Amino acid sequence: MTDEAAAPRGAGILRAIAQKRSTPPLAAAAAGGAVVPVERAPAPVPPAPVVIDVRNLSLTFMTNDGPVDALSGIDLSVHRGEFISLIGPSGCGKTTLLRVIADLEQPTAGSISVNGVTPEEARRNRGYGYVFQAAALYPWRNVARNVALPLEIMGIDKAERDRRVAENLAHVNLTGFERKFPWQLSGGMQQRVSIARALAVEPDLLLMDEPFGALDEIVRDRLNQQLLELWAKTGKTVIFVTHSLPEAVFLSTRIVVMTPRPGKVHDVITSDLPRERDLDIRETPEFLKIAARVRDGLRAGHSYED
Amino acid sequence: MTAGTEIFAYAPKRPNILVRFLNSSFVAILVVAAAIVAIWYVGAVALNATAQNFADERAGVTRDWPDFVKATWSQDKPRLPAPHQVAEEVYNTTFLVPPTAKRSLVYHGWITLSSTLVGFVIGTLLGIGLAILIVHVPSLDRSLMPWIVSSQTIPILAIAPMVIVVLAAVGVVGLLPKAVISTYLSFFPVTVGMVKGLRSPEPMHLDLMRTYNASRWQTFWKLRWPSALPFLFVSMKVAVAAALVGAIVGEMPTGAVAGLGARLLTGSYYGQTIQIWAALFAAALMAAVLVGIVGLVGRLVFRHMGARPA
Repeated sequence: MTDEAAAPRGAGILRAIAQKRSTPPLAAAAAGGAVVPVERAPAPVPPAPVVIDVRNLSLTFMTNDGPVDALSGIDLSVHRGEFISLIGPSGCGKTTLLRVIADLEQPTAGSISVNGVTPEEARRNRGYGYVFQAAALYPWRNVARNVALPLEIMGIDKAERDRRVAENLAHVNLTGFERKFPWQLSGGMQQRVSIARALAVEPDLLLMDEPFGALDEIVRDRLNQQLLELWAKTGKTVIFVTHSLPEAVFLSTRIVVMTPRPGKVHDVITSDLPRERDLDIRETPEFLKIAARVRDGLRAGHSYED
Repeated sequence: MTAGTEIFAYAPKRPNILVRFLNSSFVAILVVAAAIVAIWYVGAVALNATAQNFADERAGVTRDWPDFVKATWSQDKPRLPAPHQVAEEVYNTTFLVPPTAKRSLVYHGWITLSSTLVGFVIGTLLGIGLAILIVHVPSLDRSLMPWIVSSQTIPILAIAPMVIVVLAAVGVVGLLPKAVISTYLSFFPVTVGMVKGLRSPEPMHLDLMRTYNASRWQTFWKLRWPSALPFLFVSMKVAVAAALVGAIVGEMPTGAVAGLGARLLTGSYYGQTIQIWAALFAAALMAAVLVGIVGLVGRLVFRHMGARPA
């Protein structure tokens, strides 16, 4: 992903937050080398509009073994342009919360708004792109037609479909793979296709459910880096579910630590790392400090099991 | 020995052509076929020996055993005709008589094939239609499915004459009543297969459609239908063979004058065992070709859909 390629697109889509960025990520990396210059985040600016507002939200699943509280009293506000990670042990409800935002689950109490409307309306307006744990590509469609799938459903004409497919495959570095079928791609490439498919809808909000969970560490690092660059270019709001601590700290502007039984928000940590980061930042004291606080939160979550 | 030569020494060698030929499924099938033919010849001697002895006694003929064996393999109306007798009958009635002749297997085969194909096409469409309804309307799943299953527990031999007679009473004769019986037998595997196929998409694939706010119709065409195609072709293979059985059964109870079923029936009236066996073989061959064609069409469709080559 080069910055030249991004420039024409960025002009139309970039939000206020994106415009604040002056240094391209690659330049920052080149200047920093091993020692990354650690800038403090700029002084507080007027908060961006709220994209997601969750208030006292609870969800109880009725199972054969009785009710299970998947979510209990969740409060969370997400502002436009933020990169939020939901982290916690399995069973803490982080995926369930994401699915509630996407209108794939119905809450049993509390209120939630997405883009100022109910999750159902937001879904009907195609207000978000969702990336699943697995790539979930349709095996009988080649890469280009997989990316075009949501566009066909939205009734977008062929010329515009082709344009968006080409543009978004370029975003995930898969130009030239249009005619390949999913089985011909590696797991990492498949997941990149699914990200391109979510981006093709051109949503302002991207919901990602452990998208890199099944990939090996090296591939995951590279995709994390690419995702950050993509986020910087497009200024989208991202909600990212993960159980990887370094991934959460590396990617996020805010980290929401959740604890299980019932699923609750334990801690919300605002990252003061600079927005442009490369992988070396994981060695800096600032990074480790945030990581330590997240780890404390995760430990607290695990202590519930005793 | 250096490391390099060791690698070459252990490099797997492509087996030579003879070994590959002997390991092929073609050879395996051939061996089984040869065993069946051998058992068949022995069986023909055993089953026809009594009649041969009886005939020889009456004619006052005495034979040595090779001649006796030969005689059991060339009777006019044997209890079990020898393979070459059946092959000869198939050849004679296929190639040596004009296809319009009453003795022609091509003529009778075509009669049966046409009602098989009509019944198969209607049965497949009916099966798909029922499956679509069952998958989309929960109450139909509970109300329709038990009837569909119990429809297949009624012996087809019992229901076929009634269908023919009832339809004849309202003036429907000829190909259609037989096609109805073919339909009756062939819709079932398609319904069952397609219900399973249309429900085969993973929850994640269905969730994906929901996030796009796709309509039921879009979810059907873009997800459920392509997911169900492998199930459709498997069930169509079963259905086409069942349709052939239905057509033959439909030709028997009415004393139909044409079709492979009629050939079987007249053969048994007149003790023409060779004719019966020839008709049986024609039916088996037809079934194999029909199943093969369905399989081939399936392979072409899957290749077009970008399936991984096996």
